Amino acid sequence: MNKTSNNRAWFLVLPVFILVAFSAIIPIMTVVNYSVQDIFDQNTAYFVGAEWYREMLRSPRLLDSLIRQFGFSFSILAIEVPLGIAIALMMPSKGRMAAVWLIIVAIPLLIPWNVVGTIWQVFSREDIGLFGWAVNAVGIEYNYASSPFAAWFTVVLMDVWHWTSLIALLCYSGLRAIPEAFYQAARIDRASSWAVFRHIQLPRLKSVLVIGVLLRFMDSFMIYTEPFVLTGGGPGNSTTFLSQELTKMAVGQFDLGPAAAFSLIYYLIVLLVCYVFFTAISQLDKVK
Amino acid sequence: MKSNTNKTIGMVCFTTFLMLPIYWLVNMSFKTNEEILGALTLWPHNFTFDNYIQIFTDPTWYMGYVNSVIYVLMNMVITLSLALPAAYAFSRYKFIGDKHLFFWLLTNRMAPPAVFLLPFFQLYSSVGLFDTHIAVALAHCLFTVPLAVWILEGFMSGVPKEVDEIAYIDGYSLPRFFIKIFIPMIRSGIGVTAFFCFMFSWVELLLARTLTAVEAKPIAAIMTRTVGATGIDWGLLAAAGVLTIIPGVVVVWFVRNHVAKGFALGRV
Repeated sequence: MNKTSNNRAWFLVLPVFILVAFSAIIPIMTVVNYSVQDIFDQNTAYFVGAEWYREMLRSPRLLDSLIRQFGFSFSILAIEVPLGIAIALMMPSKGRMAAVWLIIVAIPLLIPWNVVGTIWQVFSREDIGLFGWAVNAVGIEYNYASSPFAAWFTVVLMDVWHWTSLIALLCYSGLRAIPEAFYQAARIDRASSWAVFRHIQLPRLKSVLVIGVLLRFMDSFMIYTEPFVLTGGGPGNSTTFLSQELTKMAVGQFDLGPAAAFSLIYYLIVLLVCYVFFTAISQLDKVK
Repeated sequence: MKSNTNKTIGMVCFTTFLMLPIYWLVNMSFKTNEEILGALTLWPHNFTFDNYIQIFTDPTWYMGYVNSVIYVLMNMVITLSLALPAAYAFSRYKFIGDKHLFFWLLTNRMAPPAVFLLPFFQLYSSVGLFDTHIAVALAHCLFTVPLAVWILEGFMSGVPKEVDEIAYIDGYSLPRFFIKIFIPMIRSGIGVTAFFCFMFSWVELLLARTLTAVEAKPIAAIMTRTVGATGIDWGLLAAAGVLTIIPGVVVVWFVRNHVAKGFALGRV
């Protein structure tokens, strides 16, 4: 669409700008301020320069949780994206049943995050939960409260349960946007269903998939509530991700300076990834 | 025909995977604590409504739901009334810094709430908004407004520009055109946006928990405190969990026809 040049349009954007500035810029400034000071109490603080940044970048806490974070984010993407595409392909395209499936698939997205945590906390307990009991019954040792691997596995499973629907819904709507003529042409060519998927459906899904991967990556990078409810980040530190480490530091121990430096580094990583994805999306828009 | 059967089997498997944990929660909410902790039972043997009765008769519990609903509604109203004009500007006009502003807005959607936790706490405390519904609503706006602008911009770009021009020729002023003609045209887009605002604000816990203490405590935060002297009250916790799912299901039922369309058009 050809847009008119009109700088007065700024007035329409102004309210949003003010609100977001109020609740984003002021807090960020506060964080920057903290990150260069050593704070004893309300009135005593010393300027320490980049001290906290140096300390945080060398600290195993940041590094370990960052590695755990990337491991987690990539595992859930590797599971959720193919699974989500498969679900989208399986969902019926029209009729009454389509609406019913749509609602059922959307349900996990609407559950408060801590309730999701609670559900899985109960569901995978070995003594009173169906899942934990069943896994132990087939002879696999599984107890998320004592085994780090089991805890990590439970968090991944919980995330797959919670968020695969988002990818599925995005892909579903992407698939609905493919004109029927494409399929008719494929039928005339006697294309196999794999060929239809590979050469018609997948390319058409590319732009929604970029958005889906972006949203999932970002949200998995911010995961806090679910592991917090499940085990509080334990056992040990096996499910302590970035948000959790940060909250522990800031609210639990009141290490304001290091926590501020930590959160700015965290924010910077997110911004960087966000920028890369944003560029990718705008490129795709241009190609279209 | 065969591939259809396969598809149905696949969908049934996936839905079972989705529903089993929820079933387990519902199942527990009708049990007594003795039964829950006693042995694994697939359905409640001593069927009881006690857990629900306790939630509906104890103000600290049911006020949690009221608080959540209040700030979610506030958030939806603020977000929509600010995002509508902004999205219109982004979809119709070029202006200085529009691309940068749009990207900057988006980065806020991507920012981890944990980063904002401490400054928010201090900011809202210093202006006397701590423990009020509006504080939570405003804090959530930081994430819902960029998302709303993004979705609405997609919907508005779908409306041909000729519509605006014809309205101006007919003598409509911008505000009148916006309310009388434009908003009805993107009704379903507004519905989807409201749905996403609801979804985010309803499920978010970290900020809501930090910004409230007593007066505006959301249900999600109250749920984290069911640990009593005798251990966790699982039945009560399960009943509270079930009750938090219901509003979401009701909302999605009302917007079911728009959801798929909104996902596609709004570039969410």
